[in-house]
Amino acid sequence: MFAIYKKELRSYFLNAIGYVYVGVFLAVSALLCCYTTIGSQTYNTADYFTFIIFAFIVLIPLLTMKLFAEEKKLRTEQLLLTAPVSLWGMILGKFLAAFTLFLSTVVVSCINFFPLYAYANAEGLNDAYDAAVGPVGVSILSSTLGIICIGMAFIAIGMFISSLTENQLAAAIITVAIIVAMLLLNMVNTYIDNYFIRFIIDWVCFVSRFAPFSAGQFDPSALLYYVSVTGVFLFLTVRVYDKRRWG
Amino acid sequence: MIKIEHLVKNYGSNCAVDDISFEVKKGEIVGFLGPNGAGKSTTMNILTGYLSSTSGIVEVAGVSVLDNPMEAKKHIGYLPEQPPLYLDMTVEEYLIFAYNLKGCTLNRTKHLEEICEVVKIKDVYKRLIKNLSKGYRQRVGIAQALIGNPEIIIFDEPTVGLDPKQIIEVRNLLRNLGRDHTVILSTHILQEVQAVCDRIVIINKGKIVADELTENITRVVESNRRFQLKICGPQKEVLAMLKSKPGIIHAELLSGRDGDAYTFNIETEVGVDIRKSLFYTLAEKNWPLIGMEALGMSLEDIFVAIVDQTEGNRYERKSTQRAPRRTRAEHEVAKTITEKKRGDAETEFSALFGNDDEE
Repeated sequence: MFAIYKKELRSYFLNAIGYVYVGVFLAVSALLCCYTTIGSQTYNTADYFTFIIFAFIVLIPLLTMKLFAEEKKLRTEQLLLTAPVSLWGMILGKFLAAFTLFLSTVVVSCINFFPLYAYANAEGLNDAYDAAVGPVGVSILSSTLGIICIGMAFIAIGMFISSLTENQLAAAIITVAIIVAMLLLNMVNTYIDNYFIRFIIDWVCFVSRFAPFSAGQFDPSALLYYVSVTGVFLFLTVRVYDKRRWG
Repeated sequence: MIKIEHLVKNYGSNCAVDDISFEVKKGEIVGFLGPNGAGKSTTMNILTGYLSSTSGIVEVAGVSVLDNPMEAKKHIGYLPEQPPLYLDMTVEEYLIFAYNLKGCTLNRTKHLEEICEVVKIKDVYKRLIKNLSKGYRQRVGIAQALIGNPEIIIFDEPTVGLDPKQIIEVRNLLRNLGRDHTVILSTHILQEVQAVCDRIVIINKGKIVADELTENITRVVESNRRFQLKICGPQKEVLAMLKSKPGIIHAELLSGRDGDAYTFNIETEVGVDIRKSLFYTLAEKNWPLIGMEALGMSLEDIFVAIVDQTEGNRYERKSTQRAPRRTRAEHEVAKTITEKKRGDAETEFSALFGNDDEE
């Protein structure tokens, strides 16, 4: 498993895709941070995180589209599947590689908050005393944790899609479509009168679930939800390979 | 070392492998021969744990591939039909990856160096795989299969797409590997198994048609004598002479003409070397013989020949009588083979077998 993990991580940087991903992520996050906080004269980071989640629509497929599709196309998966590595080992190796790259970019993008703190210091503000005006550390922390979990779930989804096709482009497009659907699901709520259906949609929607995080709360049920989605899609990916073997 | 019993693989309603059984002993080099689509690759994929079987037992080094794939895979080095290469890695990176993937515990630098020595890829060790020629890529694929010194090495059509010189090199390599590994080699080229293998398993339409030592198969192949002759002389008389000559069981005139020479195909009786007496006869009649070429057998001919031989019959050409003593299943195989369009097959196979027993 570790061999696959290392290989995947390296392969992001053997071709342009890893650089493109990191570059775009950092550029977009920096830009969003400028506009949503300093540009709008506020220390509130909630908008920033919401926009970042929407940026995942393009960013996550970059990470996941080639994970399996390329292997299938080049027939290199035969090497992996005939090596003494379990299916879970192979799939977790790949997942963790994508997740590691994602996590490190998110961590690096935290650099965006330094200017906020610098400003706050210059203005003599500090969130410990004046939570309403300075940048709110807890909210930044919980939101970061939230987007990490959302990203993790999206990576699992993208990986599952990639295991279904041997065309990277198709994998990317389908992943985009699914992520968009997952994010915009709660928008249809305005048109639905039935409370029960609205409740279900809110329950499923990634964005609705994120609300407590941007308010600075660690919502364990949401965390559990994201982790479960990840688990389910990893499991489905394993099943795809199992089925192919038995098909 | 390898035991396959009553292996069946269905793809939906399509039966790719139909109840095959064979065993491979330690240190044997077994050729797995069959036309494209015969079920060779499927069998190999099952053997390596890439696919599962519908039913049957597959054991590798005493371990069931189905029940304990992880353990079974440790004993196998596999080169699939298309070498599984990551094109954007260098040879070195790729081999190190394969080394880690297989959880190999031998000394890495030394082990990889030895392998590169064996397959002769030292000079491209630091190059990107995507820039390598087909022959080198194939060798990198072979190197990958050798990592960890597996007891069993399985090669699926290792010489496809190589030039003649590379083919010879790969065959020599396989023969050397056979000294201390058990090797299974699949191919649709008869010459290749003849050159390399101790034993030949012939498979067609998912069934084993023959499982013989290479000598036996070679004997069958060579017992058939078909020649193409180019003779300058009156076409009808020459044909009549050929037809009436003892030792020749079949003669026909071909349409090709080479100057004033006509082309004939003849087939001789088994065990009769017609060449000398034919030469004297022609010399006597003053019909110059300007060409004589031995024709190889097509793989399909060999199937039929072997089916016949395993029944104790002598191989004879399709036009002559046969069949009564054949069992129903074998009859079916022979029938489908005969029915197949001969035109394309002949050109394709004669290209492959043409030089089989050139004089």
